[in-house]
Amino acid sequence: MEKLIEKYYRPRLPHIWCPGCGNGIVTSSIIKAIDKLGLDQDKTVIVSGIGCSSRASGYLNFDTVHSLHGRALPVATGIKLADPELNVIVITGDGDGTAIGGNHFIHTARRNINLTVILFNNNIYGMTGGQYSPLTPTDSKATTAPYGTLERAFDIAELAKAAGATYVARGTAFHANMLVDVIAKGISHDGFSLIEAVTQCPIYFGRQNKKGDASAMLKTQRDNAVTVEAAKKLSPEQLEGKFKIGVLHQSEAPEYTKQYQAIIDRAQKGAK
Amino acid sequence: MAKVLLLQGNQACAEGAIAAGVTFFAGYPITPSTEIAEIMAKRLPEVGGKFIQMEDEIAGIGAIVGASLTGKKVLTATSGPGFSLKQEFIGYATIAEVPIVIANVQRVGPSTGQPTAPAQGDMMQARWGTHGDHPVIALTPASVPECFTLTIKAYELSEKYRMPVLLMLDEIIGHMREKIEIPDYDTIEKPVRKGPRVGPSEFKAYEPDSDGVPPMADFGTGYRYHVTGLVHDETGFPNGSPAATEKLLKRLHEKVERDIDKITMYEEYKLDDAEIAIVTYGGTARSAYAAIDMAREEGIKVGMFRLISVWPFPEKEIAQLAQKVKVIVVPELNYGQMVGEVKKAVEGKVPVKPMSKYDSEPISPKELLEFVKNL
Ligand SMILES: Cc1ncc(C[n+]2csc(CCOP(=O)(O)OP(=O)(O)O)c2C)c(N)n1
Ligand code: SF4
Ligand SMILES: [Mg+2]
Repeated sequence: MEKLIEKYYRPRLPHIWCPGCGNGIVTSSIIKAIDKLGLDQDKTVIVSGIGCSSRASGYLNFDTVHSLHGRALPVATGIKLADPELNVIVITGDGDGTAIGGNHFIHTARRNINLTVILFNNNIYGMTGGQYSPLTPTDSKATTAPYGTLERAFDIAELAKAAGATYVARGTAFHANMLVDVIAKGISHDGFSLIEAVTQCPIYFGRQNKKGDASAMLKTQRDNAVTVEAAKKLSPEQLEGKFKIGVLHQSEAPEYTKQYQAIIDRAQKGAK
Repeated sequence: MAKVLLLQGNQACAEGAIAAGVTFFAGYPITPSTEIAEIMAKRLPEVGGKFIQMEDEIAGIGAIVGASLTGKKVLTATSGPGFSLKQEFIGYATIAEVPIVIANVQRVGPSTGQPTAPAQGDMMQARWGTHGDHPVIALTPASVPECFTLTIKAYELSEKYRMPVLLMLDEIIGHMREKIEIPDYDTIEKPVRKGPRVGPSEFKAYEPDSDGVPPMADFGTGYRYHVTGLVHDETGFPNGSPAATEKLLKRLHEKVERDIDKITMYEEYKLDDAEIAIVTYGGTARSAYAAIDMAREEGIKVGMFRLISVWPFPEKEIAQLAQKVKVIVVPELNYGQMVGEVKKAVEGKVPVKPMSKYDSEPISPKELLEFVKNL
């Protein structure tokens, strides 16, 4: 790990994350996946939006963009399409990626452009102090839902799949090794990949909803997660209140930048 | 080989972009700018470039910011409602110093307004549309040939100062057809971006040269730097100290202010002996030429100061103009926007008369002539 830190992290301590926050675990899973695949560090770009999770880009030693709230995907799309040689990895939060950035999310998935999106799902707006997000479970407390949230949460993995993502996976901060594995598979996949990383915000989601401290929240992740394989053997009743982890969906479809290259080849033939 | 063509302003803008070396366009269709996107969709793949229609205007400008970071010259085009959506990223490109060009073909607003009718109502939005303190460079072509040359100029400025440059067309100019001589693109000097002169280990991504502008590395070339909309220091990493904040904001302003004489562009038309000066820009200037010619035939000494660069506003030149003439008329297709800037620069030395028109019709030469005669 020491070597990984030296190689992939910028010497920029202290970081802004609270003690017990899951963001550090998810970030190091991304790094381990990058290392496992041996990606060229000079040809790998990390783009994030705005939020606690999106601050990760600043700590990592690559070309990095800390963009605007909700807008990481358009920026990443521009980078990838302009230079398809680059590996482009997107870090986003549940609010960043599915509220303000929700429209970009479905359209980027639909295009099947080769980006790998790691969505840090802590079920809350951490950075702004605990307001509800589209991934906050119904009836949860948030500073903007003192009586409990009325809205139903997205299943972001299902949404990604329906929108056309060709790789969809879920992991948790607790199952960090598995998270490395599903992220690595997502990066290797030639198309739009979404990895939902379930993580804990003990400070704002945990406290308001009496979920205990970080270790209690990690245990909840352990207890509620069921691997895709194990889930196959369970009845819907047994799966009640649980969520699946692992590779949830993978399919083949033409990748956008490759399709665009074919257009260039055609246009240049036609022009000459 | 140079060729003479009959083109629309929007077409000339698109061709100017190609001539300047643009290889990336992302945008969202909106009247009266759509032709620019349509032409880029066809032309860019022919020159090995990329076009993408995004899900909205925010995504369009976001994508060009990303593409610019890889070293490409980039364009997006829009009109009123879309221009509003682009504002947050205009601020981002200003503070993160990402060169981008945005063409705004103005139509009647606010809101959906009159999509197909000309207006010049976004001049102040161009200046103050994004939040916070920031410098702005905006150019206003008044002819089809100028759409071509000013688009190339926009890239020169945007690459040089590492900031967004706004091309403020209006529906008159965007849709008007004129003869234009297009040079062979190989003969056109392509604006270049100042790259790093040191290796990655010594590189500080936001350390400015003496011109106030930091050299910019392309993503993917080993410099591994951070781009953020947060206030940052020379390293590019967030630094919220009062000193770093003041230093950055000051530098962003000063890199433009320092060069204001180089950036300022204007045309003087029959101003030498003029007693009345018309200060205008864009499509409205077209009527001013004609009105001045007619007035001159009647012996009225009138001329025009045509703003080509509108932002930063050429205060010094307008103040000098006020020394020479007896009255200044500012015709524009809005309720009165640039006239305020003219007044500010004139400081009460001579009367400044707004001639605002906001009924969706251009100002005709005759109307302007009448206005001048009735002064
Ligand atoms: C346009 C805009 N609106 C609102 C904000 C304020 N804001 C910053 S981060 C954030 C929410 C972040 O939540 P999430 O994406 O879940 O990230 P987390 O902090 O939980 O990791 C909000 C609302 C902003 N920066 N920009
Ligand atoms: S507020 Fe929550 S998400 Fe943000 S750093 Fe603290 S624990 Fe993590
Ligand atoms: Mg969150």
